[in-house]
Amino acid sequence: MKNEQSLRRSMLIGKLLTYLFLIAGSIVMIFPFVWMILTSLKTLAESMQVPPTIFPARAVLENFTYAITSLPFVNLYINTILLIFFRVLCAVVFSSMAGYAFAKLNFRFKNLLFSLILIQMMMPSQIFTIPQYQMLAKFSLTNSIFALVFPGLVSAFGTFFLRQSYMGIPDEIGEAACLDGCNQWQTFTKVMAPLTGASVAALTVFTAVFAYADLMWPLVVNTDITMMTLSSGLATLKGQFTTNYPVLMAGSLLAMIPMLVLYLIFQKQFVEGISMTGGK
Amino acid sequence: MKQKLTQAEKREQRWAYLMIAPTILGLLILNYYPLLDTIRLSFSKTQTFGKSTFNGIENYITMFSTPEFWKATLNTIWFCVLTVPVGMAVALLVALLLNAKVRFKSGFRAIYFLPMVVAPAAVAMVWRWMFNGQYGIINTILGRQVNWLTDPSTALIACAIVAIWSAVGYDAVLLLSGLQNISRTYYEAADIDGASKIRQFFSITLPMISPTLFVTLIMRMMASLKVYDLIYMMIDTSNPVLPDVQSLMYLFYREAFVAGNKGYAAAICMWTILLIGLVTIIQFIGQKKWVNYDV
Repeated sequence: MKNEQSLRRSMLIGKLLTYLFLIAGSIVMIFPFVWMILTSLKTLAESMQVPPTIFPARAVLENFTYAITSLPFVNLYINTILLIFFRVLCAVVFSSMAGYAFAKLNFRFKNLLFSLILIQMMMPSQIFTIPQYQMLAKFSLTNSIFALVFPGLVSAFGTFFLRQSYMGIPDEIGEAACLDGCNQWQTFTKVMAPLTGASVAALTVFTAVFAYADLMWPLVVNTDITMMTLSSGLATLKGQFTTNYPVLMAGSLLAMIPMLVLYLIFQKQFVEGISMTGGK
Repeated sequence: MKQKLTQAEKREQRWAYLMIAPTILGLLILNYYPLLDTIRLSFSKTQTFGKSTFNGIENYITMFSTPEFWKATLNTIWFCVLTVPVGMAVALLVALLLNAKVRFKSGFRAIYFLPMVVAPAAVAMVWRWMFNGQYGIINTILGRQVNWLTDPSTALIACAIVAIWSAVGYDAVLLLSGLQNISRTYYEAADIDGASKIRQFFSITLPMISPTLFVTLIMRMMASLKVYDLIYMMIDTSNPVLPDVQSLMYLFYREAFVAGNKGYAAAICMWTILLIGLVTIIQFIGQKKWVNYDV
């Protein structure tokens, strides 16, 4: 009897500690975002008070005005959205086609060609950066949306990932479609592709998040401020307002709000999508 | 193998080539040509716009005799040492806690995952502010006066803290999916045998998630060795501490796109890939000792 009581007590303590750790960790995770918001609402003078105030004495919006007037945010949003849109479109369409072919069709040199995909996945993207840049420069294609999308026109990882998804679909489904008179293309678009919805969603989230986070490539390829992405634009803002942190916080906030809102709505899809593609 | 293909097989093959054509062509143009070109560049002297001439291993000789390069290599390895073990331990702890029966599990998971969906550029910005030596909130909390980002002994540590904070949720989610695959029956059996929770962790949990742990570890190592964006945003090029924190990829970026020494930068790139390859091979050899696949 006594034993059971002490067991129950130790379990209660364990539970308490679990919550304590999780909540403490959550505060550490959220605090930088809260601090960003609070700072963005302070005047420059207040932000430099020692000791710092937690809440702004008077919330001001001037920092957002500064950020918007010194960076063409509308362009940055549009460029980032177009970058994400085309990267996702290319990754999904081309990778679905190739993934299906590698999973379900027989052709010569299949293994050899597939090893091209695997080898690419193992190489860090920086090894391609200089020549990719030079190709664009040669044809005067820098400072364009095309330049932003360029390295992501095809996705080796997407092909690998969707191939696995197609391999999970039983062959009989495709064969049944064949008997009904579908050709390969129809079997693919009408029967097989719709069955990979979850994987395509995961690939979409993965591609979008990484396109949005990318910094080196947009910085290198689009130097014209109106052709930058939110990430590379923010890096430029840093150069302009080196120590004016309220403006920098306002700019950062503006840059991350769209993704944050999407995340709050599709939280489950984001977490599951990215963890499904895990290992990259 | 030299069998004649039937009409249907021929048709299937034609479709297959059509469907892989965009991807394969893309890979050749976007990746395989650039790969070869980077190798070529690393043995070339680049002059004005696009022109380059073969100069043997001169770039490599210059590289190996430049202290800045060796410092960048050390910084990269040091960054890896600072972030990977601690990051993995924290991620494992978070995953274990999330795997316990807790309320708001998906809420907690979403919070820890948050940095993943925010651009590193924005994340670095707020951490710069918090680490600010004069007005930063971190010094206020600690009640100390540390010039985190301008002191060579702390700048890389500050970057490492941000890197760990950014990656913990992602790694924890990956590890969590490994933990959820462990069958409850193992723990029930261990309970009956009277094994303590700590014993259970080392005898059941750890061996059972070692494959997931290994994949996460490899991925995290590779990412740390390629670190660039975070340090770039945290430490300005004008910051005197730069040589003490700059990673190989930061040096690569500066040489290739700021200084315009593309040949030299290509050599740095080749070196980094060698380093990543080496570390990965060591990992794959080392895994035989601790990764458990027979379950």
